[in-house]
Amino acid sequence: MKIQLVKLAHARSGDKGDTANVGLIAFSDEIYPVLVREVTAARVKEHFKGICKGDVERFELPNLGALNFLLHHSLGGGGTLSLMTDAQGKTFSTALLRMMIDISEEEAQSLDLA
Amino acid sequence: MKQQIRIAAGQGFWGDLPDAPVHQVEGGPIDYLMLDYLAEVTMSIMQKQRSRDPSAGYAKDFVPLMKQILPACVERDIRVTANAGGVNVEGCATAVKEVARELGLSGKLKIGIVTGDDIMPRLDELLGRGVAMRNMDTGAALDTVRDRIQSANVYLGAAPMVEALNAGARIVITGRATDTGLTLAPLIHEFGWAIDDWNKLAAGTIAGHIIECGAQCSGGNCQYEWRSIPNLAAVGFPIVEASPDGSFVITKHERTGGWVIIPSVKEQLVYEMGDPRDYITPDCVADFTTVQLEYEGRDRVRVFGIKGRPATDTFKVSISYSAGYKAVGTLVYSWPDAYDKAQAADRILRGRLDRLGLKFEEILTEFVGANATHGPLAGKPSTDLPEVQLRVGVRSQNRADVERFTKEIAPLVLTGPPGVTGFAGGRPKVEEIVAYWPALLPKTEIQPKVELIEV
Repeated sequence: MKIQLVKLAHARSGDKGDTANVGLIAFSDEIYPVLVREVTAARVKEHFKGICKGDVERFELPNLGALNFLLHHSLGGGGTLSLMTDAQGKTFSTALLRMMIDISEEEAQSLDLA
Repeated sequence: MKQQIRIAAGQGFWGDLPDAPVHQVEGGPIDYLMLDYLAEVTMSIMQKQRSRDPSAGYAKDFVPLMKQILPACVERDIRVTANAGGVNVEGCATAVKEVARELGLSGKLKIGIVTGDDIMPRLDELLGRGVAMRNMDTGAALDTVRDRIQSANVYLGAAPMVEALNAGARIVITGRATDTGLTLAPLIHEFGWAIDDWNKLAAGTIAGHIIECGAQCSGGNCQYEWRSIPNLAAVGFPIVEASPDGSFVITKHERTGGWVIIPSVKEQLVYEMGDPRDYITPDCVADFTTVQLEYEGRDRVRVFGIKGRPATDTFKVSISYSAGYKAVGTLVYSWPDAYDKAQAADRILRGRLDRLGLKFEEILTEFVGANATHGPLAGKPSTDLPEVQLRVGVRSQNRADVERFTKEIAPLVLTGPPGVTGFAGGRPKVEEIVAYWPALLPKTEIQPKVELIEV
């Protein structure tokens, strides 16, 4: 079945120059491995097609049940150069939560998501 | 040695809730108040202010705030760390000294000032000796913007602030200093942590990171269960309750709104994070993958287990330079066909800009209400949207071209698609762009200076 990330995690995003960072935090320890497996750097790059013009890097924080993504060349030059409404990438967090991922019915049931 | 120190955050940025520091002082016991005023581009704004008025160039709000809270700080032995000095630390300290005297506090406190972060006067000497200060993001050489530089400051760490506190400063005022240093310095001072006790320095740094954005760790901008967050109208700013072993509790005053819960602390931990194993400050390298969190009561999250590594041998430099001009114009289109009309207006506008022969480095069109935040991820907008705001921005090195653009927005009301409003603000303003140039500099080039001023 397909499930949207907003049901599995919360997030916060910010900027460093032209790079947006998105921290994705699992709602529970049980959900974290699903994020690690499904929300890969490649999938995030694909998700932000047309928005992220550089590489996507991913870092794991198992201690927080969180993943951190760096989306390079995503903020129209960044900081004061950017013409974007969201020049600081504050809403990249919720944009990531739109992602749909695949999990089996069994897994969904075991995670109380079905 | 005290077994517990309470450090309260009073400002998450220059322009944060004006009364937050007052509530931190009056809402319950604290030992320190830390105030972060400097965003990346703040220094260039202050440099501009100082070029017009030699007594300006610091966070002006800091002075009336001190007037309001200094008597309580002296009476209850609360110390203040603030990077309010901007590009005129002495000027800021002088103004605070005057206020303290007016309050009858002569002889009752010392102000510590930290300078040495300003390398603007030394840029040519440094470049001449081969200190390249290449752009950390692009690798570009500083020569390419040399004649447009407006300010250049090193991010100083906790060490000079510790020196000021050790010398008895009640208020420590710095220029460009890291926001994490404002929290770490009191901990080093109070607990006598060694300057190479990397785990403890990393713990104090992460404590600083959690509270440096003010209420953003205590319920503000919190996605987790946001509807359930109590009384954000009276949101409590965060307090670090630190122990000598490096563990600490994030909390807030009783009878305040917001909440301190593990998810709210996690959200702030990942904010503006790069590689979590390498959070580099002038003081140490902190490893966010070692942070452990647990509840210790209502609105109390205990943070422990933090590991760090030795500091690097470079300081980060924040350089600002003039990078051209920009302007943003907006108009609002109403139902029916709001999105189609806004798109048509954008095509008409661009056609006119072309006919005028204006050249821009960038033109960006966004449709607020349809795709301004999530872009293509928002999907195809509904044909039934009640309204859409057309938002067009341009950027150019040529001020006249940007100026000309601003005259093309309001006329669209009488010469473009129907059902349009929202032009009451008049022509958009042309803004000078002051851009940010991050670089590194060997620590050996910098000698921070600490002075104490008796009030």
